[in-house]
Amino acid sequence: MSQATLTASRARRTLAPWARIAGLAVCALLTLGPVIWTVSTSLRTPAESFDLPPKIIPTSPTIESYRGVFDQIDVWLLALNSTLVTALIAVGQMITAGLAGYAFARLEFRFKKPLFGLVLATMMVPLQVTIVPVFLVLKSMGLTDTLLGLIIPAFPTAFGTFLMRQYFLGMPKDLGEAAMLDGCGPWRTFRSVYAPLATPGLAIVGVLAFNYHWNEFFRPLILETSGQNYTLPLGLVSLQGNLGTGSISVVLAGVVLSMIPAVAVFVVGQRPLREGITSAGVNR
Amino acid sequence: MTNTQIPAVRPKRQVAEAAPAPRPSARERGTRLLAALFLAPTIVGIVIFTVVPIVGSVVLSLFHWNVIDSPTFAGADNYREMVTDSTVLVSFRNTLVFMVLAVALQLFIALTLALAVNGRMPVWLRSVFRSAFFFPLILSAASISVVMKYLFNQDFGVVNWLLGLIGIAPVPWLTSENSAMAAVILVYVWQQFGFSFLLFVGGLNNIPKEIHEAASLDGATGLRKHLTVTLPLLSPTLLVASVVGIINALQVFEQPYVLTNGGPGDSTRTVVMVIYETAFEQLRFGEASAVGVLLFVLVMAVTALQFRLSRRFVHYQ
Repeated sequence: MSQATLTASRARRTLAPWARIAGLAVCALLTLGPVIWTVSTSLRTPAESFDLPPKIIPTSPTIESYRGVFDQIDVWLLALNSTLVTALIAVGQMITAGLAGYAFARLEFRFKKPLFGLVLATMMVPLQVTIVPVFLVLKSMGLTDTLLGLIIPAFPTAFGTFLMRQYFLGMPKDLGEAAMLDGCGPWRTFRSVYAPLATPGLAIVGVLAFNYHWNEFFRPLILETSGQNYTLPLGLVSLQGNLGTGSISVVLAGVVLSMIPAVAVFVVGQRPLREGITSAGVNR
Repeated sequence: MTNTQIPAVRPKRQVAEAAPAPRPSARERGTRLLAALFLAPTIVGIVIFTVVPIVGSVVLSLFHWNVIDSPTFAGADNYREMVTDSTVLVSFRNTLVFMVLAVALQLFIALTLALAVNGRMPVWLRSVFRSAFFFPLILSAASISVVMKYLFNQDFGVVNWLLGLIGIAPVPWLTSENSAMAAVILVYVWQQFGFSFLLFVGGLNNIPKEIHEAASLDGATGLRKHLTVTLPLLSPTLLVASVVGIINALQVFEQPYVLTNGGPGDSTRTVVMVIYETAFEQLRFGEASAVGVLLFVLVMAVTALQFRLSRRFVHYQ
């Protein structure tokens, strides 16, 4: 190796990490930029909203815009609707996925393979393809324009079932066998041995469900026609429609308010969320 | 295991399975009942809200129906109409263009960042970067698109101001047919790349360190090492990331709906927007279902094609 290439490779070894980290920092700033801008603009007076260059720290910070949101839309009602829908779906999915996942992993019954195949196949079906008939089914049940109409169809989760099946398969079989020998029936074996061990897996299902349904827009847009049944994303988009371009800080304050629970779950549930996404690579 | 061993084991099993099943014990019956109860919510739900609707979509696509009057049989009319309707055709073209560009950009950014994050650095810094790139994923696509509408504004938007700093003239992002799709793609990719990024970080962690060390000993460095060693080992992850990326991209709705409402003209109208408008604004349920069926076929076809192509390029360890 010549002297020149040796020096070059040594230079790369010492310089490259810093260049790489600096590059990553720029990318991270670009990624978080829109969020930082949203928070900072929501704290400015409407007159300062369009200031360029954008000031990260507002000169005269004010929560006036946040008051504006509460004047323009019924934030409490929207938040209550969103919370109800999201919480019930998350709990519902944890239950249905936990039960079905256990059945597929640990119980013996006829048609197990084709039934599991059916569950897996539905992961491939885009929601938008089935939305027209789903709307008609809900209409025939009298559930259009109700929160229940959003909640009930979201209970079965193909991905959650798959995830919980993997989770139960990963648990030692001897535990259940020992319980059986001690006289536990199949239900007791599930209830007292396996179900308690499944909590981390159920947390993944719950956090994923929360994240997806808190932000959901397409189904509420179609199903909820009267304002009293709107969820936060619907309310925010309509808020923007009501206002025109005048006071963007109010719209942005609304966006920040709706982000808070999602960010809280991100902080608390980052690991389950990441594991859920990484484990099978499906986000809904 | 040699081949001769397999037949020696098999017949035994077959005999065991063919023997008349003994009457199920009480315990076995209990297990079956429990399985039925455990599966009922999921299976019944999937049948009512996915299986029946798929069949329903196909049936509906053969009718004209506005929900109010009784449906009339249309045969292939809706499909014939669809392939001559310029808005529908444009929406399929837009969606395909969007899919190719968005997925390519998303995978490229995600892979580059995952490789960079995987390099040597303090643990805390790595987790800061990881969280930052993952963060947009947790936000609502609809409300973040409301924010992006301001950032991409031609006159007072921060994007044009930033471009101005490096001497680029303001771009009429959302108001010109030439650039609106670019804005939609950028907003979508900004929010979605973290997903592929997480997959790649996980995939890279699964590659044994020794392989990289061996490659380095053989004199492979930098980009070359990544192209010849890392990428083939990462190909199963690349397949998953691209399949999921494509399925998601074909369903894009929130970003174009909020940012441009399909405009200007039809330049950002996507297939799902057409389904939504045809069914729920114009109350043409049959026509909307026909578009849905075609989208479904497209999703299946693209995914099948990908798995077929991947047989040649994906390496499993």
